[in-house]
Amino acid sequence: MILVPCPNCGPRNSSDLRNTGEVVPRPDAATASLSEWRSYLYLRDNPAGWVTETWYCRSGCRTYFTIERNTATNEVRGLERT
Amino acid sequence: MSRHGYRYSAGKLLKHGVTRGDWPRMWSKPERRDSYDVVIVGGGLHGLATAYYLAKNHGITNVAVVDKGYLGGGGSGRNTAIVRSNYLTPEGVAFYDRSLQLYNTMASDLNLNVMLSRRGHLTLAHTDSALRTMTWRAEVNKLLDIDSSVIDPEEVKRLTPSLDVSSDTRYPILGALYHPPGGIVRHDAVVWGYARAADHLGVHLLQDTEVLDISCSGGDGPDGKGPGGRVTGVRTSRGDISAPVVVNCTAGWASLISNMAGVPLAITTHPLQAAVTEPCKVFLPTVVVSGSLHVYVSQTDRGELVFGASVDPIGTYRVNGTLEFTEELAGHVLELMPGISKMRLMRQWSGLCDMTPDYSPIMGFTAVDGYLVDVGWGTYGFKAGPVAGETMAETIATGRTADLIASFGIERFTEGDLVGEKGAAAVGH
Ligand SMILES: Cc1cc2nc3c(=O)[nH]c(=O)nc-3n(C[C@H](O)[C@H](O)[C@H](O)COP(=O)(O)OP(=O)(O)OC[C@H]3O[C@@H](n4cnc5c(N)ncnc54)[C@H](O)[C@@H]3O)c2cc1C
Ligand SMILES: [Zn+2]
Repeated sequence: MILVPCPNCGPRNSSDLRNTGEVVPRPDAATASLSEWRSYLYLRDNPAGWVTETWYCRSGCRTYFTIERNTATNEVRGLERT
Repeated sequence: MSRHGYRYSAGKLLKHGVTRGDWPRMWSKPERRDSYDVVIVGGGLHGLATAYYLAKNHGITNVAVVDKGYLGGGGSGRNTAIVRSNYLTPEGVAFYDRSLQLYNTMASDLNLNVMLSRRGHLTLAHTDSALRTMTWRAEVNKLLDIDSSVIDPEEVKRLTPSLDVSSDTRYPILGALYHPPGGIVRHDAVVWGYARAADHLGVHLLQDTEVLDISCSGGDGPDGKGPGGRVTGVRTSRGDISAPVVVNCTAGWASLISNMAGVPLAITTHPLQAAVTEPCKVFLPTVVVSGSLHVYVSQTDRGELVFGASVDPIGTYRVNGTLEFTEELAGHVLELMPGISKMRLMRQWSGLCDMTPDYSPIMGFTAVDGYLVDVGWGTYGFKAGPVAGETMAETIATGRTADLIASFGIERFTEGDLVGEKGAAAVGH
């Protein structure tokens, strides 16, 4: 089990939330080429270590927020509302 | 001691049974060379099969398969061994069907009993939309000469009497996609068979050797990595190896290896769990999958029920079992087979899966010359091992992408040309 610290609801079991994956910088809509958009959509770093990722508090306050999680150990730190 | 070319036979079995003498080792422990024509990273089924077909079909034997642990220690030793070819896209169907053909003759080709059991594969439909997708799949399958059809609940009951097909259950069974050639195989034997055969042909199997970096030159990125460059070798925990061709066959770890060459992948790593019960009298003649209930089950020759489900929803490299999985699994299996409520689970385990957005693999050349990928095997890659090895070997030997894998290229993501197999691979592996 992973305890995810929601900024509003406090620590919640990860099954109460949805993990929407690692944070990827969004390209500039005015200038991005199609292949840049698709890279943004599909390509992932997928590291075995600390990653910044977004969670959605689907059965609580419905906020999206980011935390850092170590994907090798599932240790969690930091939090920030987005 | 491994004796090259030692063949198993009924006569040898009898002799060893009587004399109780030791069998020769299945493969040797070779002295590592400083350079090879091809270095394959990952000693699972895919890496071993690629090495075997390079040697067997193309005479390329100066090949090393490098694994950080032991052969088959990844997904190849943890899967639930389902083989089938009733996929959704024509590209997928043709590809997986070639693999089934190779499985059919594998025991004699590799001189090892892989216990292939083509017992029939049922994918249950509990909703109209599931029935629709199955009819779609059946039609695509039939067009490509695959034995696959949609059957009604009475036929399901006839094939698998232990299933509850009554209409007053919470998720009534409305029909099923029936695929008679689908079944299971002994996964360890398949891995060992390819390892032994590759070793006999002169391939070096280097276990306990971790790849720490891929050396490149001339690329756009740092240290000459990335597009435009070329591979020169690998750095391992046991020293450097130079090689003009490096193949990534590391499944769940594929992104880590690919990032070493500066080639990002459309992959996230998720654990997939499975569980097995105590043995009981054999009563389940088919492999049964239920997409809506997120569960599948088959019975081994020893009588254990093997269960699996979809991948864990959170990407991680940690492979521990969770209570959520066991709870959900038990609830859903009992919906289908109330009769097994007293059976006990013996073991639960988990393995890493390299999930792609379209549930199809990523295979072939990349923007780095000499660096090839055979990854993105998700929850469905065991059945594909033989054909993946065959086509990757052809691609390496001829310098031309093999026809069967042309649509699985890495460029499909940036070109927006995905091969959507989710409807046929999300739960049933
Ligand atoms: C529970 C479960 C059930 C499954 N059920 C099915 C099924 O029923 N049917 C089906 O078709 N598929 C199934 N699969 C998927 C299937 O197991 C995999 O897709 C397949 O085994 C992948 O094989 P592979 O040879 O590519 O990778 P693996 O067997 O995972 O081998 C990769 C190897 O790479 C090595 N490696 C990693 N990093 C390094 C490094 N840095 N240096 C050196 N070596 C490294 C690892 O040690 C490992 O041995 C299942 C998977 C799981 C986990
Ligand atoms: Zn919340």
